[in-house]
Amino acid sequence: MKIDRREVLVVGAGAAALASLPLTAMAQDGAAEKTADELIAEFTGGAEVAEGDGVTLTAPEIAENGNTVPISVEAEGASEILVLAPGNPTPPVATFKFGELAGAHMASTRIRLAETQDVVAVAKLADGSFVRTSSNVKVTIGGCGG
Amino acid sequence: MTIPFRRAALAAMACALALPALAETAPESTDPIVINGGEVELQTAAPAPEHLDGALDEIYSGWLFRDPDTQTMQTDDFENPGMIFVDQGMDEWNMVEGEAGKSCASCHEDVSESMKGVRATTPKVNKDGALWSVEDYVNDCRTSRMQAEALDWNGDRMKNLTALISMQSRGMPMDVAIDGAAQPFWEQGKEMYYTRYGQLELACSNCHEDHYGDWIRADHLSQGQTNGFPVYRLKDAGLVSQHNRFRGCIRDTRAETFPIGSDEFRALELYVASRGNGLPVEGVSVRH
Amino acid sequence: MADNVKPRVRVPKTASKDEVIQIKTLISHPMESGQRKDKDGNVIPRSIINRFHVTFNGTDVLDVAMDPAISTNPYFEFEAKVPESGEFVFTWYDDDGSVYEDKHSVEVS
Repeated sequence: MKIDRREVLVVGAGAAALASLPLTAMAQDGAAEKTADELIAEFTGGAEVAEGDGVTLTAPEIAENGNTVPISVEAEGASEILVLAPGNPTPPVATFKFGELAGAHMASTRIRLAETQDVVAVAKLADGSFVRTSSNVKVTIGGCGG
Repeated sequence: MTIPFRRAALAAMACALALPALAETAPESTDPIVINGGEVELQTAAPAPEHLDGALDEIYSGWLFRDPDTQTMQTDDFENPGMIFVDQGMDEWNMVEGEAGKSCASCHEDVSESMKGVRATTPKVNKDGALWSVEDYVNDCRTSRMQAEALDWNGDRMKNLTALISMQSRGMPMDVAIDGAAQPFWEQGKEMYYTRYGQLELACSNCHEDHYGDWIRADHLSQGQTNGFPVYRLKDAGLVSQHNRFRGCIRDTRAETFPIGSDEFRALELYVASRGNGLPVEGVSVRH
Repeated sequence: MADNVKPRVRVPKTASKDEVIQIKTLISHPMESGQRKDKDGNVIPRSIINRFHVTFNGTDVLDVAMDPAISTNPYFEFEAKVPESGEFVFTWYDDDGSVYEDKHSVEVS
């Protein structure tokens, strides 16, 4: 077990380091990255985004390992769903575009979360309007070696 | 999150009375792992083997100690990311290599026939009296029969093959021999299991016998059973071999560790496997 | 091309007309995020699959723009409507220009 003061502090804060990623260094390096708000504005073209109904984001309350967190998104009739992890060094996760032959407009995948945070999903609905939701995921550090 | 463990009242009392802190915490449920909608069912608990002499009442799969999301990944062979590597192991199985122009399949043909049960009874003592792990049998075939290079014990190609071989024993109870020629190796492994290593002075038993089910940081300790190896570990996003896991544990005690593929780890592998005698081979399990 | 990239796809072999079917895909890929450093402290360059595209008989089902936050060995589960017999084409696009493709036919009865 690496007993490293910074890591212990991180545990205390309930956050987690992805294996071998120095978090502080990442945050600095990521300064030039687009923020979640900028990415949402890009996605919506600046249109207003409603909160809540119309898009569902399913994610675990607590993720046993931030390297592999199962999530799914669904928005009936949506043409696109944007998923962001604003607490990551780079917030974009994925954008799902549903085609003519999509069944339910849903998708599941597995994502990386660098720390405890609100994962965000923004859907472009059939009428062209936008709706967003978020889900808090606590990322824990494993017992041995983080 | 529901915490699927209860602390035995007795253990709590023992602590309160400052008696030896036997604080293991049994899983609340021991449901089987139901895979592919019922195609495969793996028991997650079994009576402790006799040789443990009461050190454990029951033996438990590490699966019981994981979060529901991690558990779910092992209940479908498609969602279990380890299965990609079983597929790759099959490619490896059929790949002709070496001077003799052979593949594994040239001699052993159908892996599902020829390798059935191998994982459940290994490590074992070979015809020359040496204790061998599955990796040793693979490399012996490669160097002597295929006349090819030995594979790196901890490399992807070897792990893909051991994953494939393990899968052929899925559901069969672990049943390594501990008597006869195996006994001295088993004794050596047992000695190691109870030896405190490193600056933290921790023996395997301190965590995995005395404290399974309890928290270690934000995590539950398991009994350290090996019937799920090689495991797909979410942290590594890849397969992890038994010896690599041993190395990690000993390193975490802040000790100089034994090398992967060393005689010490073979002996420890045998002893730890014997502690799980009775639990089914899980093939490629998913842990975090 | 990343070593040993191998797709796995689960699609039912048969369906009834206009049935909505569930599809799961998994592909082995390290998805190197560009955030990690090697032992000497140098950043390991980003190398990921950046797009996953699914069509049926040439018509779009799903098109995913993927970022480095997608886990190693990317997994997707989604649904598709099958109007007639035909073929699904699954395509993964790697940062390095490699393209991995898998095809599965479905018979509509």
